[in-house]
Amino acid sequence: MRVNNCYINGIGTVSAQALDFDAMKDNPAPLLASNKAVHPSYKEMIPAAMLRRMASGIKMGIFAAHQAIQDANETSVDAIITGTGMGCLQDTEKFLDNMLEQEEMYLSPTSFIQSTHNTVAAQIALHLSNKAYNFTYSNGSNSFEAALFDGMLQIHTLRAKQVLVGGVDELADKFDKLFRLVQQYKKTSDDINFIHPASTGACRAEGANFFLLSGEQTEKSYALLLDVFYFNKPRISLQDEVNDFLNRNQITKADIDILFLGYNADVNQQHWFDAYAVLFPDTMHAYYQHISGSFDTSSAYGLKLAAEILKKQTTPTSISYNHIKPRKLKHILLVNQSNGQDNSLVLIRAC
Amino acid sequence: MMYSGVAITGMGIISSIGNTVEENYYSLIHKKSGLSYTKHIHTIHKEKIKVGEIALTNEVLEELLGLPNDNSFTRTSLLGAYAAKMAVEDAHIPDMSSSRTGLISATSVAGMDMTERYFHIYEQNPSLQKYIHSHHAGNCTQKIADYLGIKGMVSTISTACSSGANAIMLGATLIEQGVLDRVIVGGTDALCKFTINGFQSLLILSDTENKPFDKNRNGLNLGEAAAYLVLESWEQVQTHSKKVLACISGYGNANDAYHQTASSENGEGAYLAILKALQKANLQPDEIDYINVHGTATINNDLSESNALLRVFSNVPILSATKSYTGHTLAAAGAIEAVYSILSLQKATIFPTLHFTTKMDNSPLIPNTEVVHKNINHVLSNSFGFGGNCSSLIFSKCV
Repeated sequence: MRVNNCYINGIGTVSAQALDFDAMKDNPAPLLASNKAVHPSYKEMIPAAMLRRMASGIKMGIFAAHQAIQDANETSVDAIITGTGMGCLQDTEKFLDNMLEQEEMYLSPTSFIQSTHNTVAAQIALHLSNKAYNFTYSNGSNSFEAALFDGMLQIHTLRAKQVLVGGVDELADKFDKLFRLVQQYKKTSDDINFIHPASTGACRAEGANFFLLSGEQTEKSYALLLDVFYFNKPRISLQDEVNDFLNRNQITKADIDILFLGYNADVNQQHWFDAYAVLFPDTMHAYYQHISGSFDTSSAYGLKLAAEILKKQTTPTSISYNHIKPRKLKHILLVNQSNGQDNSLVLIRAC
Repeated sequence: MMYSGVAITGMGIISSIGNTVEENYYSLIHKKSGLSYTKHIHTIHKEKIKVGEIALTNEVLEELLGLPNDNSFTRTSLLGAYAAKMAVEDAHIPDMSSSRTGLISATSVAGMDMTERYFHIYEQNPSLQKYIHSHHAGNCTQKIADYLGIKGMVSTISTACSSGANAIMLGATLIEQGVLDRVIVGGTDALCKFTINGFQSLLILSDTENKPFDKNRNGLNLGEAAAYLVLESWEQVQTHSKKVLACISGYGNANDAYHQTASSENGEGAYLAILKALQKANLQPDEIDYINVHGTATINNDLSESNALLRVFSNVPILSATKSYTGHTLAAAGAIEAVYSILSLQKATIFPTLHFTTKMDNSPLIPNTEVVHKNINHVLSNSFGFGGNCSSLIFSKCV
């Protein structure tokens, strides 16, 4: 569905990059096979007693949510919507591991309580004393886009004024080991090459990226969120899905100034992104997972970068995936998928 | 003809009280509980707690679904595919690609039933590693979509015990907004050691059978189930002359913002969710004929829900708690209770609540305990979850 009144007015982020990292001018620190988030100081925001019990996803989520609301100069929101591919993996792992190790005895409920997928959205609601609509999506690589779509729906049709939307995922030692076992993520010894990948798996990371969507443009506005579409598999072909999407938005491929792709240094995933890239041979292709690392909702970091590019009207060289330079910076299309499943298309426009 | 709400054209369910809609109805009107000691789960609690377990084993479900031997379906996906298939058959959909079709499925357990079995032995057993990919919630939905041949908008909602209701709510919005012509909505959760131990560690599992809204209630029984509805646009209904089972006329979600797991005493989140649902349905409280309460039979929930109902309704309508039959089926609860609400409308029947004997001290509400036949136009169904997530749905006869 195409909308014409949904603005991105605030952004908050916790990522694997340094706290003062500015994608517009700094070179990103190179990634490893596994990348912990660089955590800001949380104690100004969250009481110390609570912080000790909180897994990184909850902390990152509360922080990024807070930052997005502040960035937009807002104080309240009419909906809180999160996406998470794996949910609260650290608490899940802790409860599961204790249950198995201790043979179901002497279990503390704390990690169980915090293991549900909607813990981050719930903790944000508690933090803000917010009683509004509160949803959490967990659908692989388009978990964040499902949340973003819902946010757009809330603004466009349900008359919400401000909506908080975010994506969050966290590392967890034992689960990560299993994901490496099935080659979803790289081993320490694997080479990392985003342009010509030779090894399987992506560079595991964690992070939180939140956005304040608003029905009104302000001086803080980054971009207009025109449309979001997600689908498990193309009905006929990717080309048809992309064409339909652009047609619904009354634009053509030539109107897309940058195509954001989720290239993730996984040799097995390369062709899935190439399948989108070849549809836009004359467009600048950009990548971002060499900055954010990879997790199910890292595409939210892509949206953060894309929105900043439209606001600042400048493109950092570190994200160029081909040699084409955009002639203008008006429309950015972001595409994501995982092994041909859980695809998403996000279209934003300069204000 | 004027229509209000979103048309429901099919439904499918599997729970501990039946493998079909008809079997579930039979159990409800014959007061047949599905609670028993577990036969499938190897837990140290197996002789201490009763659960709402579905008798069919994974092997039988795989056979019924005609899955290949090398499939990586977890029990959650098996139950989900089974119920969703029945819903699709009920709605007579010969070709999924004939219109824009989506799937919005809810789960909280997802692939945990396999993860907890193999977590420590995956490394030594390559043949089991296919289940590592099945752990996450989205995989369960992916499998159901692939099984049914759905290509298009597919997503998963995971908001703990209100997930199923929220999937129905989102689906209704997608139809109303013309985003989709047809959407299959519902939820699935299998029993597993993880949730049994989780609720046990919170000390909210009953050591007998749960007694919703009873003074002597002492906790919930866990259950497993899956249920799905098919929602279609009115254009679809008219073009294909579809039978319409009932309508979704109202829905609302709000957050209690009180505590990660406990509900506020005045039931603020529930109160707000019910008000939103009434407003959406354009109904006054006194137009609700029957309430399928969340009614988990924990001390905290039933009092909080009771207080919320007393705030909304000057005369609280007749109510029942069907978790006394099925146990609390978590992400499936909102979906199976949607099926029960639709059955109430269709059969003009209010279901009994089992195990109730004594009125609560601090609430005047008494759940219905007998089969009551009366004309019902509007049913309210409540689902509340961890994280203060409160959802209410209103099912109505289509007019």
